[in-house]
Amino acid sequence: MDRNLYTQLFGQNLEKLAGKSFVVQTPDQVAGCLVDLLSGKRAVASNAPFLDDCGLTRLPEVRTGFRDREELRQACIAADIGITSADYALAETGTMVMLSSPQEARLISLLPPIHLALIPRSRLLANLDELLATIPKPAGQTSSMVLITGPSRTADIEQILIRGVHGPGEVYAVIVENA
Amino acid sequence: MPDAPTQAFQQTIADSRLQLAIYSATRRLIDHRASAVAQDRLPDYQNLRDHANRIKKHTIEHLDYYLEQLESNVVAHGGQVVFCRTGDEVADFVLSLAKERGASLIVKSKSMTTEEVHFNEAIERHHIETVETDLGEYILQLAHQRPYHIVAPALHLTRYDVGELFSKTLGVPNETVPENQTKIARAALREKFLHADIGVTGANFLVADSGAVVLVENEGNARLTTSAPKIHIAVAGIEKLIPRAQDLAVFLNLLGRSATGQPLTVYTSFLSGPRREGEIDGPDEFYLVLLDNGRTKLLRDPEKRQSLYCIRCGACLNHCPVYRKIGGHNYPWVYSGPIGAIITPQFHGITRDAWLPFASSLCGACAEVCPVKIEIPKLLLKLRSEVTSAKQREGLGGLERLGFRAWAWLMTHPRIYRSLASLGSKLSPSLPKIGPASANCRAWHQKASTNCGKKDRRDDIARTNSRRYPNRIGAGRSPQTGPS
Amino acid sequence: MKFVPRVSLFVTCLIDQMFPQVGIAMAEVLERLGYQVDFPEAQTCCGQPAMNSGYPEEARKVACHFLEVFRDAEYVVVPSGSCTSMITHHFAEIFEHDSKRCEQSLSLAPRVWEFSRFLLDVACVDDVGARFDGVITYHDSCHALRELRIKDGPRRLLAKVQGLTLREMEAAEECCGFGGTFSVKFPEVSGGMALTKIDSIRKTDASAVVSIDSSCLMQLAGVIQRAGLPIRTMHLAEILASR
Repeated sequence: MDRNLYTQLFGQNLEKLAGKSFVVQTPDQVAGCLVDLLSGKRAVASNAPFLDDCGLTRLPEVRTGFRDREELRQACIAADIGITSADYALAETGTMVMLSSPQEARLISLLPPIHLALIPRSRLLANLDELLATIPKPAGQTSSMVLITGPSRTADIEQILIRGVHGPGEVYAVIVENA
Repeated sequence: MPDAPTQAFQQTIADSRLQLAIYSATRRLIDHRASAVAQDRLPDYQNLRDHANRIKKHTIEHLDYYLEQLESNVVAHGGQVVFCRTGDEVADFVLSLAKERGASLIVKSKSMTTEEVHFNEAIERHHIETVETDLGEYILQLAHQRPYHIVAPALHLTRYDVGELFSKTLGVPNETVPENQTKIARAALREKFLHADIGVTGANFLVADSGAVVLVENEGNARLTTSAPKIHIAVAGIEKLIPRAQDLAVFLNLLGRSATGQPLTVYTSFLSGPRREGEIDGPDEFYLVLLDNGRTKLLRDPEKRQSLYCIRCGACLNHCPVYRKIGGHNYPWVYSGPIGAIITPQFHGITRDAWLPFASSLCGACAEVCPVKIEIPKLLLKLRSEVTSAKQREGLGGLERLGFRAWAWLMTHPRIYRSLASLGSKLSPSLPKIGPASANCRAWHQKASTNCGKKDRRDDIARTNSRRYPNRIGAGRSPQTGPS
Repeated sequence: MKFVPRVSLFVTCLIDQMFPQVGIAMAEVLERLGYQVDFPEAQTCCGQPAMNSGYPEEARKVACHFLEVFRDAEYVVVPSGSCTSMITHHFAEIFEHDSKRCEQSLSLAPRVWEFSRFLLDVACVDDVGARFDGVITYHDSCHALRELRIKDGPRRLLAKVQGLTLREMEAAEECCGFGGTFSVKFPEVSGGMALTKIDSIRKTDASAVVSIDSSCLMQLAGVIQRAGLPIRTMHLAEILASR
């Protein structure tokens, strides 16, 4: 598969799952494309340096820099939107891959009803096979590697598809081409 | 030996609403799977199945080695491994840990293994609240019912059932819109997640080279169960092992597609131990409870141990015409459908539900869709012969055995078989079943060549043909090969 | 003088006893194609009923007899998917501890042909000059479909039958519910499965359902009769013998 098509493919596959994907060229363009999404919302952002690069952590209404588990949890409970980076993304399935670390806490992409991930283009891989070839031993790096493929969903009641059961019901991704 | 619960079968079959629910839910899953594994979307599907079968075979045949590797890696990453021979030991361990830590609330994500050992009942007897967090399982817990299907546990309930249930047990107004019902459950369960002392999960896979547990889900409840409470306990059968993280490329490509048609479920978590140094959240303690509960018994049977390859996708249930008629609750154990039919007798002994291996038309639809290529019909046949042997030992089923012995004798004495058949037709010419036999004998005689049983006399064939069948079509024509 | 290929018929115990017209039809089609057809009279059964009921020893006895009867046959043609697969796929299994019989099974297996497959792959014909006016639907019998991988073959043969329209039913690949003793031990489930199948057949408005297995046809006929429906059950051989 042509690597040049990854961005487009990722977007298509995420949107098939009712996620939404934006593409910008440079990190400084990120904040601009997220004005509508972020306006009026309380946001919690992870400590990923990439979020800094994209200027998100400087926005009002965005709380970040949490190091204490309890404080982070309370912030996430109160937040409308959780902002993270993604360690990798998988084009073929519209998946974001997040490794737990001092930069990326688990609950930010889980507790708030909306999850927004900023993804450097260089982190876009083809699929699960490539991910596992790239990180054959995730346990060497982290206690938790999560593959997130679209918004939380269930069909447990009469097989009717419902989104946002426990995890976020809305998922957004911004891919930064030159990063 | 107890008989099949045929009355219960009849009730389920006569319940047209239930039949429709079962049929349409499984139909949906059948279609989604078919589309996800189609040639154009997963051209490698059959290779992946072969691969998965081989990995599982290898792992099961070297389980002791991989269990050791798993344990040492779990410990290396700060976790602990607890081996439990029986289901009781699982509850005992969790209870003692809960007592030590002063835990009063446990949240659980979906785990057939914990159903298998009646975990919830055991814990609740000691007044520790344990809450199912998967929406379907939560509903079932409130209703005191067991799962109807491995993947779609509440497929037999309607929104009205759910509305009534929530209003009765949660004290909320009777809400029948599924979206709103989900919001109610979400809010109720969020409180539980955030206050729980312990999170208990199962495991879809145990990864030996990483000391890791892999959890596959769509709702996010497993993630919350393993990220919010300070203690995570994963309970898994020993057969869940795979050798390496890289092997997930094979299994994850098969599991979601076979179960629901999804290339990947919404969340796939690869968890190895408590949170690491510097990680902001995650559990402080991690315990991996490895359950035997009879699995080592299955391991000893070289023909039937392939039953342990199962990755619990539910595809066999969806495609089984018997499951689709009798539903999940008519199987004697928590595991229903074809996989249930082969493992239940192996765990519980062949005589306890002796009818179960016979409750199949051997259509083979299950084997065709099993992602790890378990030869289910073959194992059913093996179990059937074990049942008849067991019956013989217990002095039962003598009439049937005698019947088949007589039948086999008759079938190996063709002249007597034929005379009996034609005698039957003479005695009761009106009996349509036996009647044709004698006419048949004559017809066959007309067709049969005298070359039967004798050496080939090809040069004589043409002359013989035209002599014997002077009035029949084809006779008298010169011999030909191939199409006329 | 020209060589006339010889085929031996194994008509199966069910057809022998209850549906001899199927065997006769098959023989007619084969003769029309120029084959010399013989019927080893010592034939009885392939042993499947005993196998499926959990009596492998009895199945072995009957299978041994089969091996003897057809030992020297050049081709054995069988109007049944399930009996064919018993012979070609399961004999070696039931004789796994008997190397002599196992070898005999393995040697015989390539010479045993389900009828439709024989026509297409050995006789190399898809048009046997048949004529049958009407709309029919086709039922994929389980062993034929899943063990012998017979799916397109019968459809190709039916496509060449003059006057015939084949309309596919939605549940073509679903089991009819017969399963041998299954239908006797679990009649309510078996009947329920057949009803689902009949429902699917009705939706096609076909006047007949066709299969390569008489056991399935017998199962479906029972339900059709009880429901008083104007649907015939016909073996592929009967269709192909029609003119």
